[in-house]
Amino acid sequence: MKSSGPGPREKGKDLLQIRNLHVEGFSDERWHPIVHGVDLTLKRGQVLGLIGESGAGKSTIGLAAMGYAKPGCRITQGSVLFDGIDLLAVSEKGRRRLRGSRIAYVAQSAAASFNPAHRLLEQTVETAVAHGLAGREEANRSAVDLYRRLQLPEPETIGFRYPHQVSGGQLQRAMTAMAMACRPDLIIFDEPTTALDVTTQVEVLASIRNIVEEFSTAAIYVTHDLAVVAQMADRIMVLRHGRTVEEADTRQMLASPSQEYTKTLWAVRKLAKPEVPADDYLLTIDNVTAAYAGKVKVLQDVSIKVPRGRTVAVVGESGSGKSTLARVVTGLLPPISGSISFAGQLLPTSLKTRPKEVLRRIQMIYQMPDNALNPRQTVEEVIARPLEFYLGLKGARRDRRIGELMHMVEMSEDFLERLPGELSGGQKQRVCIARALAADPELIICDEITSALDQIVQEEILKLLIRLQRELGMSYIFITHDIATVRAIADEIVVMHRGKVVEQGLKSEVLTPPHAAYTERLLSSVPEMNPDWLTRLLASRKI
Amino acid sequence: MNPVARTVLQRLGLGLVTLFIVSIIIFSAIAMLPGDFAKATLGQSATPETVAAFQREIGIDRPPVERYFVWVAQMLHGDFGSSFASRTGYRRTVAEIIAPRLYNTMFLAAVTALIAVPLALGLGILAALYRNGWFDRLVNVATLTTISFPEFFVAYMLAYLVISRDTFIGSDFAQTLPHWLTVSLNWALNAVPKFPTLSNVNDQTPFWEHLWKVALPAITLTLVIVAHMMRMTRAAIINMLASPYIDMARLKGMSPMVIVLRHALPNAWAPIVTVVAFNLAYLIVGVVVVEVVFVYPGIGQLMVDAVKSRDVPVVQACALIFAATYILLNLLADIISIATNPRLLHPR
Repeated sequence: MKSSGPGPREKGKDLLQIRNLHVEGFSDERWHPIVHGVDLTLKRGQVLGLIGESGAGKSTIGLAAMGYAKPGCRITQGSVLFDGIDLLAVSEKGRRRLRGSRIAYVAQSAAASFNPAHRLLEQTVETAVAHGLAGREEANRSAVDLYRRLQLPEPETIGFRYPHQVSGGQLQRAMTAMAMACRPDLIIFDEPTTALDVTTQVEVLASIRNIVEEFSTAAIYVTHDLAVVAQMADRIMVLRHGRTVEEADTRQMLASPSQEYTKTLWAVRKLAKPEVPADDYLLTIDNVTAAYAGKVKVLQDVSIKVPRGRTVAVVGESGSGKSTLARVVTGLLPPISGSISFAGQLLPTSLKTRPKEVLRRIQMIYQMPDNALNPRQTVEEVIARPLEFYLGLKGARRDRRIGELMHMVEMSEDFLERLPGELSGGQKQRVCIARALAADPELIICDEITSALDQIVQEEILKLLIRLQRELGMSYIFITHDIATVRAIADEIVVMHRGKVVEQGLKSEVLTPPHAAYTERLLSSVPEMNPDWLTRLLASRKI
Repeated sequence: MNPVARTVLQRLGLGLVTLFIVSIIIFSAIAMLPGDFAKATLGQSATPETVAAFQREIGIDRPPVERYFVWVAQMLHGDFGSSFASRTGYRRTVAEIIAPRLYNTMFLAAVTALIAVPLALGLGILAALYRNGWFDRLVNVATLTTISFPEFFVAYMLAYLVISRDTFIGSDFAQTLPHWLTVSLNWALNAVPKFPTLSNVNDQTPFWEHLWKVALPAITLTLVIVAHMMRMTRAAIINMLASPYIDMARLKGMSPMVIVLRHALPNAWAPIVTVVAFNLAYLIVGVVVVEVVFVYPGIGQLMVDAVKSRDVPVVQACALIFAATYILLNLLADIISIATNPRLLHPR
């Protein structure tokens, strides 16, 4: 395995030149500009990172590099010159010949981008066979070779599985194999690791970087994660609202960004609340074991204490049982054994047997506000419901309280008449927070509530939560897989792995060595802004 | 146990339960009908004694619950009972009355299905491929037109078209048209095969003649059912075209035809087969109007006649066959939906 850093590499001629690219998207009955005149040049074998918040147009530019606009989008101006061919001027048939064979694409969600009806191998070799670049036999052999190079388990047989039969990290590598099948000159990676756990992400990043180096494939790497792009790219281009902010070599960009906007992006990850030790405990979870209908135990003998007025961050990868813990505390999933006491009293295990007053004191905020808000209810109706249900507020008193709550989550009362569809992601999450606050709770369970948001919006939401806690004194159980979020908000940390608590304690204790083995692995997998981080990590793990 | 086999068995069990409940409903509904076979047959002048004796002979003097269980028990032994039209020494079993009729209905349904299902799927796939283009619009307008006319109207128009073939040239109408138009219309009409407008078949009719005779009813029914299946095929495929894996296929340089056939269609079978099953069931249980127009001796006419003469065993048997058809075809649709879902077929 080669593991040289993304240092200076042999650079060839210009492979891709995008000039004055304009793209529009159709929404609310009219065309809106998404990308305003972006220029981009990529040399053979070079990896360019495109970075920005959502709505910056980075994925759109990535797709435009293949001469493709998503349904509902159109390229209105500019040229995309790939190896001398103008992809916007050539016929659709001409573009089809290039796609898959000379320019390939790796999508964000491999689970959604693999066709559920076909085996992985069929999909991997499809392009090579359809474009007549290889016979079926030869293509199959080459695919197995790629699976092996990408460190997929059982490379000989994994291709005969269906997409739902392999894990997310494996699928993402299989998709990279699919992109590599025709040995393209250029691959567009569109947030390939965003949906993965940090521990899985490291492995996928390493696989992708190795194979791109091995075949000296040029790549455009689209992501919103600075630390990731620092590992993968030779050059970085920062985008905002469909315009280029700045572009430079990776090291230079990380060391001394010239634009104000880039500096704010770089600064986001530095938010950190000082921890406060506990004086009194609100919630005590004692030896809880839980399982879904007759299946394997998802929680095994879990004991956690939540201090009053503090934040306990529950960290772990997917499948660690952290969301199940939330379901047990809220009463959605009664545990098999163990007990939970809240404010000194034993909590009835099932939701149905809990009195309304207990329900009121424990509230929950979800990861996806889109799913948690009724799309047909206005913001006012959403917040009014718990006020009426739990507190029996009516008329003017209720309306005054709604105004106060909106003020607390820093939203103007103008939003009250809006429907969730007319709000941004961050605003929706604020409405969810206001709804939870309306019940005047003592404990709020936050399940990955910032992971669907951009880093800048994330930071605003975290600051809001910290301020609300300081003013109102409720406790948070903050479930997340993101260590930066943990640093930002936690007083205490619980590390979970495969349904068990691996480590727990004050933030400073858990985050400073010596760690439990799993904590060590988790913490070391969190990408750092240093471009040599991945190389060093892989070197240290190989020993 | 294999999850597919388990689901299929579950559905099969559920189907049997449904059939049982349906049998109760059929029996009670018919028991509640006004009128009485004995009185209807013997006429106004029959004495109460004669009526009672006749009721005893055909067994309708017993309490309904007892009759229901006797009926079910007989059926479980494969005996559908005797028609009320039987006389002493001349027993007519329900089975022998229904069998030829059921065969005719099945024959017509099968012929229609063989034309209509491939046609609907093909048109639906092409419409999805050229969506919002002129082909798509043409197919949509054409199928919607045929489904909008009542089926007896379509049937009579087709019959009229076949008859016009011989009568047009001599008609007054043809004389009023310019000569060239008359000639070309006559030429076009002569291109229409001389389908029989009466589908009178019996159990001696040879296969090919039978096939020839059901041509017009089969075309009529095809025109009636194609639209529904075609539109569902189109909608199901277009629905799939919004999936991320379709975007991926486009970015792999696949042609639109490959995308529709290889990437969208395999994931779209479930809604399509449900609608196909629904329409096939209709071909068996809902074609009485078309049978009447073409005088085709199918099971629909038999049931209507049996209701008129209050021949309860025949009515019950027909109703039960119809119910079983629905249940069976829906079961088949469920099984196909499961069999085309790799998540169920190949568990982790």
